[in-house]
Amino acid sequence: MRTAAPAFWFLAPALTIIAVFFFVPVLASALLSLTDFDIYTIASRANLRLVGQGNYVRLLHDPLFWTALKNTAYFVVIGGPLSIAASLGAALLLSAKLVRFKTVFRTIFFLPVVTTLVAVAVVWRYIYHPRFGLLNYGLSFLGFEPVDWLGDPRFAMPAIILMAVWKNFGFNMVIFVAGLQSIPERLYEAASIDGATAGQQFRHLTLPMLAPTFVFVALITMIGYFQLFAEPYVMTQGGPSHSTLSIVLLMYQQGFRWWNMGYAAALALVLFAIILALSLLSMRLRSGDAATAPDSGRAPVSKVVR
Amino acid sequence: MKRVGSAMVVYLALAAGAALTLVPLIWMVSASLMPAGEATAAGHRLFPSVVTLDHYRDLFRRLHLARQLWNSALLAAAVTLISLLFNSLAGYALAKFRFRGRDRLFRLLLAALVIPGQVTMLPLFLMLKWMGCINSYWGVIIPGMASIFGIFLIRQYALSIPDSLLDAARIDGANELRIYRSLVLPACKPILVTLAIFTFMGTWNDFLWPLIVLTDGDMYTLPLALANLLGEHVQDTELMMAGSVLTVLPVVIVFVALQRYYIEGIMGGSVKE
Repeated sequence: MRTAAPAFWFLAPALTIIAVFFFVPVLASALLSLTDFDIYTIASRANLRLVGQGNYVRLLHDPLFWTALKNTAYFVVIGGPLSIAASLGAALLLSAKLVRFKTVFRTIFFLPVVTTLVAVAVVWRYIYHPRFGLLNYGLSFLGFEPVDWLGDPRFAMPAIILMAVWKNFGFNMVIFVAGLQSIPERLYEAASIDGATAGQQFRHLTLPMLAPTFVFVALITMIGYFQLFAEPYVMTQGGPSHSTLSIVLLMYQQGFRWWNMGYAAALALVLFAIILALSLLSMRLRSGDAATAPDSGRAPVSKVVR
Repeated sequence: MKRVGSAMVVYLALAAGAALTLVPLIWMVSASLMPAGEATAAGHRLFPSVVTLDHYRDLFRRLHLARQLWNSALLAAAVTLISLLFNSLAGYALAKFRFRGRDRLFRLLLAALVIPGQVTMLPLFLMLKWMGCINSYWGVIIPGMASIFGIFLIRQYALSIPDSLLDAARIDGANELRIYRSLVLPACKPILVTLAIFTFMGTWNDFLWPLIVLTDGDMYTLPLALANLLGEHVQDTELMMAGSVLTVLPVVIVFVALQRYYIEGIMGGSVKE
């Protein structure tokens, strides 16, 4: 009875939407990146020319692109591990025995994840204010001189990283808690009987058993962090002196402020290439591991972040 | 004694972490209730000297933010309802119907999950412009009407529905649409709730795409209105904090009320049962 006909009608609405408004634009983006589509093209299609790899060559010679790439890499390479460390720390605390009110703490730690990024970026902009901000006020008790967090090129990106860690650590924390729960209790019992200290248990039992979770968490965090946009848009507009300009912010400015859509498409494809390379790398890393096989229902959760 | 001591250390660390996590949010609420100028006055007040709702009143009376609140609510609700319908139809079909090319189709969709949304945005903008959907609700709704992630979540869950149940209904003469409505949807309720929360919050919190496609202040969602307000009212700390509270509060309420579904969805617990 289960023939193709009902399957077709059940699938048609969703697949039509996804084909027309996702797959077609992806392909069109690749084509767009080979043209000089700009504000004159919007006025008249006659101004559209194929420029081949021209946009990509221009990209390689654009100092702003390299600045954006460097800033984004900074955000990913420093902010990613810091976020993951905070997540793991919170997950270990939540998983400690004898701790009550676990759900209360979990809810509190998770709260920043669900908040609207733009709204909390606005809040943090005030927290970072050099004169009135809460952060400098708190640091003054520890004897620090006031810092112009968002106005100083040296501190603007660290400030954005600090906010991102605060905003995101709860998400990976929940995944780590699930990973910790899946480690059988009897392994710890056996280790204690063998005389392993808490530190040894952590290094030789907890960390190796969490390895698949680590790969997964690292991947979704890096993918999410490469798409950095709203924080610099709201807090610094990419400044001061381009120190927080990210790839997606540059794409937005090129594409939708100056209407250099061909050039912006090339930027989007570079972002895609980076994310694809990271995904392939992590698939390599966990290929020998059954726990995170494609059907375990976890991989796509990355779409929830950001 | 040693165990009690280490429990104390854990509690202290948890309390310190909770305090650090909450301070920015508490300050946001607190500053939004302060009289104008108090949040930036000397002495760094953490709590208002007098509680005032003036800034919330300002948001609605002077800045007419009710319109943007409505836009946000309408768009999040519309995207959630439509995508839940389309995703559940497709997810169920991929799990339970047998047809040629099904597994290849599923693998193609899975592989496409690594494509970041930003790649689609430039051509999508041009397409929607051509369709006349720029600066309209449809510009936000149309690309959100179905999602690979949603189809995937429902497909994984629907796999666990026993075939015998569906076959029994077919033998009783129920048509496929009826089976979907009265058997499949109730069986998938937990994952539908989870996906509804994900979608609602995702649409409510989204920034980049609405920023591109909604060009008029009247069409803005709350995050756009807030970012825009920052340009003119950056000195009005208390007003900006009230705007932030207004933007954040609905999603926080949804989360606190339904967090069991939300967090289990992330932990992958929803795939079990």
